[in-house]
Amino acid sequence: MTTFSQVLQSAYQNQPDHVIITVQQAGAPDLSITYKELVEGAAGYAKTFTQQGIQPGEVVILILQHGIDLVYAFWGAVLQGAIPAIMPYLTEKLLPERYRHDLEALIAVTQPTAILTYPEFETEVRPALKPGDSVRALILSDSIEAPGAPDFTHLAGLQRDPEDIVLLQHSSGTTGLQKGVALSHQAVFHQLENLGSALELCPKDVVVSWLPLYHDMGLIAGFILPILTGTPLVLLSPFDWVKAPQRLFQAMSQYKGTLVWLPNFAYYFCAQKIRERHMQGVDLSSLRAVINCSEPVRDDGHQIFLEKFKPYGFSENALAVSYAMAENVFAVTQTRIGEPLYIEDIDRDRLQTQKFALPALAGQAAVRMVSCGKPIANVEVKIVDLNGNMLKDRRVGEVAVQSNCMLTEYYHRPDATAETLLEDGFFLTGDYGYMVGAELFITGRKKDLIIVGGKNVYPMDIEQLAMEVDGVHPGRVSVFGIYDEGKGTENVILVAEVDTEDEAERQHISDQIRAVVTRGSAIALRHVYLVDPGWMVKTSSGKNSRYANRERYLQEMPEEKNG
Amino acid sequence: MSQEMITILAQKIAQTILKQPNRSIEADEALLSSGLIDSFSLVDLALLVEDEFGVVIDDTELNPDSFDTLEQLVALIQSKQ
Repeated sequence: MTTFSQVLQSAYQNQPDHVIITVQQAGAPDLSITYKELVEGAAGYAKTFTQQGIQPGEVVILILQHGIDLVYAFWGAVLQGAIPAIMPYLTEKLLPERYRHDLEALIAVTQPTAILTYPEFETEVRPALKPGDSVRALILSDSIEAPGAPDFTHLAGLQRDPEDIVLLQHSSGTTGLQKGVALSHQAVFHQLENLGSALELCPKDVVVSWLPLYHDMGLIAGFILPILTGTPLVLLSPFDWVKAPQRLFQAMSQYKGTLVWLPNFAYYFCAQKIRERHMQGVDLSSLRAVINCSEPVRDDGHQIFLEKFKPYGFSENALAVSYAMAENVFAVTQTRIGEPLYIEDIDRDRLQTQKFALPALAGQAAVRMVSCGKPIANVEVKIVDLNGNMLKDRRVGEVAVQSNCMLTEYYHRPDATAETLLEDGFFLTGDYGYMVGAELFITGRKKDLIIVGGKNVYPMDIEQLAMEVDGVHPGRVSVFGIYDEGKGTENVILVAEVDTEDEAERQHISDQIRAVVTRGSAIALRHVYLVDPGWMVKTSSGKNSRYANRERYLQEMPEEKNG
Repeated sequence: MSQEMITILAQKIAQTILKQPNRSIEADEALLSSGLIDSFSLVDLALLVEDEFGVVIDDTELNPDSFDTLEQLVALIQSKQ
């Protein structure tokens, strides 16, 4: 089987009644979908796309809430041979103008042919369309053809080649939306094969996921992997999960879930927010692995998770870790399922000053590191210095990856694609780490990217927003992340230079900044720190030095330094 | 009673959720639709109400259609007491 549509066709013909997805939505009964229903629901969308003149190989942007419409629309685009890209839905607190701005950024680079959304959302999307742009059709979800048996002889999706691009995956924000990771059928299948064997995927497995489908972890591990491998998937909405994290555990218990992927912060979130009464009757003994992925992994988060859920049958050996990225489709490494994690305490000073990760001696200040496991099959990892030369064991450098499941390109961004490739074809990840034998440890990031609750945040997007506030000096805003031990993720800090010394005016500016950032990015700032002109540290070329500003902030606010 | 509940909620929210103890919250100020209380803190709000008033807010009620201001939240709590 070499393309997505061929797998769907085969599943439709050979196991039509196999329940492949169970959609759980708060306040509604669970919805079980068989392969037959999935393919027929998707076929309605495929027919609509054809009627709208969408050609195979063209991009369709999906702006739908997490639920059955999105599931059918995604696979409908695949069956039609189009390339689906899921865009995050507009949340209620996000300003429509800002969302439009992001959408325009996406359209400009990605050049989609169609956008699919709800009728009530048309007024938000329509203004982002410009005369002469690539978008030929704005398709509304109430005008979709009814589900029906597909005509496989005419299905354009079956004519696609394994090397063709099958989907695009973006991270959020203006910056992220301009850099879509383009993946081929072949790359995705290779990943599923490599990862499936690392997970020892078997017919008894059940994946439970609340992760958003516009993120690689949600899209690949929590959606495409189960559907294309015949592994039943229980799909919760991220909006439901964040309000009631116990729903994940209740679903795992009810459907005998075996595999779950979570970002690091979720271990803390679940352990801290769930109460005993929510866990009555919950049995977690079916879980083979809860895989920590997409944020730096912390052992203390694992420990509070274990302490909280052990009484309900959760086994310590089900704690697992993976290092993953959209550019490799998903997993790069995976710890061995069912085995204890490889944890070591590293000499903090030598790590920081010499970039050398040596086990700490008794009494030395130490950093506890958790291995992300070994590279999965057909994936090679090496650590390189600034010149791309390979480093020895325990030397910290940039993580570089080569595999049979790499991205085809950053879509329409040859500049960005070229920037990240070494001469030998290895992809530079932008993450720092070291290896011990084949075990990979991640120590930090090269880019200024902040990861909040598993979501990538580009500081420049937030800085741009704050500069719109009256009284803030353009170009004199710096945004960075500081790790919060209590939450297991990063807090976002914003420093801005202002002229006024009046306390009331400063408070007003601070409130304005918070409001504009929340409504412009859906990110809540932990601290807005207003400073006098001249505070900001700039590089010699006049660029914002977020690293130096972060250092200065920590000196002035030592109580924030707990990471 | 309502006024007292509003005062308690305003203080607790400023302190434990916003982590800005001096921040005053008006009785009719939008909490959810404005993003003042972000999605990761909704569950904290429900737990805070449960601990303070012994009333369980269902997760399906944690949205601006059920309540958006302190006044509306108090009305919701009272309807459950």
